[in-house]
Amino acid sequence: MTATFLSSPSRPKARLKNCRRLVVVFFITWLTACSDTPWNDPYPTAESDENILYASFSERPKHLDPARSYSSNEYAFIGQIYEPPLQYHYLKRPYELIPLTATEVPRAKFYDSADNPLPNDAGVEQIAYSIYDIHIRPGIRYQPHPAFATNSAGEPRYLNLNAAALDAIHTLADFSETASRELIAADYVYQIKRLAHPRIHSPILGIMSEYIVGLKAYAQTLDTAYGTLTKQLSDSDSSRPPYLDLTRYPLEGAEVVDRYTYRIKIRGKYPQLIYWLSMPFFSPMAAEVERFYAQPGMKEKNLTLDWYPVGTGAYMLTVNNPNRQMVLERNPNYRGEPYPSAGEKGDAAQGLLNDAGKTMPFIDKVVYSLEKENIPYWSKFLQGYYDVSGVSSDSFDQAISFNSQGDTTLTQEMATKGIELTTAVAASTYYMGFNMRDDVVGGNSERARKLRRAISIAVDYEEYISIFMNGRGIAAQGIIPPGIFGYRSGKQGINPYVYDWVNGKPKRKPIAVAQQLLAEAGYPGGVDSNTGKPLLIYYDTAASGPDSKAVLNWYSKQFEKLNIQLIIRGSDYNRFQEKMSKGTAQLFFWGWNADYPDPENFMFLLYGPNGKVEFRGENAANYQNNNFDQLFEQMKNMDSSPQRQQLINQMNGILHRDAPWLWGFHPKQFTLHHAWYKNAKANLMSHNTLQYKRIDPQLRKQKRTQWNQPVMWPLYLVIALLAVTIVPALYSYRRRERQTVQIDAVDHTKRSAS
Amino acid sequence: MIAYIIRRILYAIPILIGVNLITFMLFFMVNTPDDMARMNLGVKHVTAEAIEKWKHERGYDKPMLYNSQASGSAALTDTILFEKSVNLFAFDFGRSDSGRDISYDISQRMWPSLAIALPTLIVGLLVYITFAMLLAFFRATYIDYWGVVLCVVLMSISGMFYIIGGQYLIGKLLHLVPISGYDGGSDALKFLILPVIIGVIGGIGSSTRWYRTIFLEEIGKDYVRTARAKGLSEQQVLFKHVLKNAMIPILTGVVVSLPLLFMGSLIVESFFGIPGLGSYTIDAINSQDFAIVRAMVFLGSVLYIIGLILTDISYTLVDPRVSLA
Repeated sequence: MTATFLSSPSRPKARLKNCRRLVVVFFITWLTACSDTPWNDPYPTAESDENILYASFSERPKHLDPARSYSSNEYAFIGQIYEPPLQYHYLKRPYELIPLTATEVPRAKFYDSADNPLPNDAGVEQIAYSIYDIHIRPGIRYQPHPAFATNSAGEPRYLNLNAAALDAIHTLADFSETASRELIAADYVYQIKRLAHPRIHSPILGIMSEYIVGLKAYAQTLDTAYGTLTKQLSDSDSSRPPYLDLTRYPLEGAEVVDRYTYRIKIRGKYPQLIYWLSMPFFSPMAAEVERFYAQPGMKEKNLTLDWYPVGTGAYMLTVNNPNRQMVLERNPNYRGEPYPSAGEKGDAAQGLLNDAGKTMPFIDKVVYSLEKENIPYWSKFLQGYYDVSGVSSDSFDQAISFNSQGDTTLTQEMATKGIELTTAVAASTYYMGFNMRDDVVGGNSERARKLRRAISIAVDYEEYISIFMNGRGIAAQGIIPPGIFGYRSGKQGINPYVYDWVNGKPKRKPIAVAQQLLAEAGYPGGVDSNTGKPLLIYYDTAASGPDSKAVLNWYSKQFEKLNIQLIIRGSDYNRFQEKMSKGTAQLFFWGWNADYPDPENFMFLLYGPNGKVEFRGENAANYQNNNFDQLFEQMKNMDSSPQRQQLINQMNGILHRDAPWLWGFHPKQFTLHHAWYKNAKANLMSHNTLQYKRIDPQLRKQKRTQWNQPVMWPLYLVIALLAVTIVPALYSYRRRERQTVQIDAVDHTKRSAS
Repeated sequence: MIAYIIRRILYAIPILIGVNLITFMLFFMVNTPDDMARMNLGVKHVTAEAIEKWKHERGYDKPMLYNSQASGSAALTDTILFEKSVNLFAFDFGRSDSGRDISYDISQRMWPSLAIALPTLIVGLLVYITFAMLLAFFRATYIDYWGVVLCVVLMSISGMFYIIGGQYLIGKLLHLVPISGYDGGSDALKFLILPVIIGVIGGIGSSTRWYRTIFLEEIGKDYVRTARAKGLSEQQVLFKHVLKNAMIPILTGVVVSLPLLFMGSLIVESFFGIPGLGSYTIDAINSQDFAIVRAMVFLGSVLYIIGLILTDISYTLVDPRVSLA
């Protein structure tokens, strides 16, 4: 007898079969489809040959208000939108200030306390105040914006909106009308007033209050007025912040002279003001724009000046979705500036003057995409989807190699792709500071100086740069980085307490010299000769995560050269700052990026009255030396000249001797760009560099297509492997389905008999 | 059932208060209002006055939990904890410390999160159940053996490896899809393929093993033997009987995760540049934005509770023996 154990499978219906065929045909068609646009192109196909620059950002800019913004990632945007009166020449080095919206670089006029004019070479002690008259060019216009729109009667169209009118408004594009107006001097004065606005928290209010006449009192006036307004409003209305009309509050230090001229009045002499005039803090702000955004309901819809900047620059922000993308588009009202026709030596040979005299900007649109992680960012740059890239540690070996002379060059892979490299030493100094208020490492005694010098020799920053920075930096000889007036290269510029000049190069002194100094300081062999206890030094750092372990171990080893025990006290950056404010650190690591290319912006970091603990200034080491302070006061107000250089040399001499810092290093910036990206020159001071750049979209499209052809065979292989796996499984399944049970006839008989 | 749901909602209130309190304490154990102010105001030229002003404007200059200067109920209400928490229970998330409307940002960013999470869940379920049933069908054969080995291998690999490896292989070497990025509408499709594939592959190991166990447990039960004895094919046994009965534990895992799909994935969104709620939360933690952190934790807790209630309700739908009294 035969019994069926499993039933047979049902036959597939014909219709289902047809459907399956259709799916297979569609799938194969999709897989083999040919297209000009690579499949992995993250941008819309229609944009593939447009004049668009593709860049990225890794975190959302916190502020886009020029009175508040102070970060390089924010300046990347607002630098293209807002136009301060001055700018840096794009090509010339050393950095040179030139007019942007101003007709010329303003020169100060000096006055004594009786308002009598003084000659240009008047002594600082005579000068009671300085006057800067800034003339701006007529005919400059703002980008289109609803704040400028007017009705038929010439009254502002959108400056008296009520809640009902705002119902249908969600973005600026929802306003049906936009308009523009001419830039006037009053806009610059308005912005200077905004620095004192109690809600804006401008980071430079403190500094500028020291110089701009009346600004400190003005801030108090605004604070009081704002408080009163807030109280009035909270009595009657919601909790929305009130609108403080700054045009009603005059400021002595900033006033309008005529439609195209404004005046800044400075206490004493402050030649560095012109550098500040190239920063977005001193950009123009139209009062009606601020009023527009201050209307009730605007903030609730996230329509704020901090989010939607309005300027006269070459570009305007048309998409601000920092969760995904930010887009700058050419400002249709931009006047157009000519590309510079002169630069520094070698610029012409590098093709940097090919566009001389042509009207800028060259690029129509810039798309910044959010890219948080390095790996996808780097991969997309290599695929041609980003035009320019930095070089992270992860990708350094793939991108950069060192030739036999030790110079950096591109790897073969990069060179084959036509990628080019630009490098520049940043106007930055990273240093290890001694707290001069500390009993062990601080103070002006010879003992303490010798201890600090010994440590300065022992900590080998050349090795640090080589190990941790892939050679991207130079060991600092002093506080001023290369490219800034006052920096001296060659034998004259070295720190004679730490380096010897050997074979045309600075060479760190042998460790024996450091050990000798340590012994003279009272710590022979790293042991305190008075107490017999080993010397312990506490190092405070904000770099305390697992990534920093190697660096911290390295520091410990440097101190071990002198038998000094380094105790590392890690904390987050906020707590680190707290420690610095209280002066409880002994040794710390910090850095400074220049605001402007002037030695004053570095030397002030060690100016006594700028001490962090006592005066809440930026002198984190709390260094105080009367000679240095006197020289600084002289130097800071001088124009760059041989006399100034002489003073700087003297100041450097004092600093080298006192060694309040270990003069760490100046980082080197490496930037890669593709062959289609033109006019690339590192300019670490300018903020409006985008308009100088040019791209060749056709070359980019061709390269992208060439580099990103889909590779299909692994996919076919996977399908084949799946098929190979499935066929035996199917066979096995069918076999099991058809399997039958054989019942033994003899057994059956036996069972029947029993 | 309505009484049951109301009871569960009432239970949720003390849970949410507790979650809010723990979030508050954990956050302020790590960060102080001064830290938050410094983080917002930047590094250069920040004065003590600016810090004080920033704190005052946002109410962070008040006592944390108890205001000894105030009298009566104000001692508890005039504090950071109360002022930052009470509106949450009305689902008024307020503004972030940087001034943005949190509810608006959540409403914008939940869709990209959902765009990844939903297809990953659906495709994943289909794949995992299919694989698990395949292994169950071929139980005790070499296919089952090597399938389980493969599952163990897959679940032993870090999720980060799948992401980086997937981006490298599919995006960088094969050039089949963009490595990262996002776009709205139908253009989002090409950006979603890779994270969804990676999400599904990343879950194959653990989910297939779990579902296989569930299926095998069901297959060993009497009703399956009865089904076979009455002559049903193995296909019919698996799909009509085993799958249906195995749905209860599967639903437990799936339904509870449904509301949380909105919350997004921290790592996937970060690596793929997806502007979802996962990256929103991680950004808020990095920028010490307490307003967003508390809102997201609160929202996550509410959604989790909703998920649990939905799971209980779904039991009644798939298993007639269960009733919510």
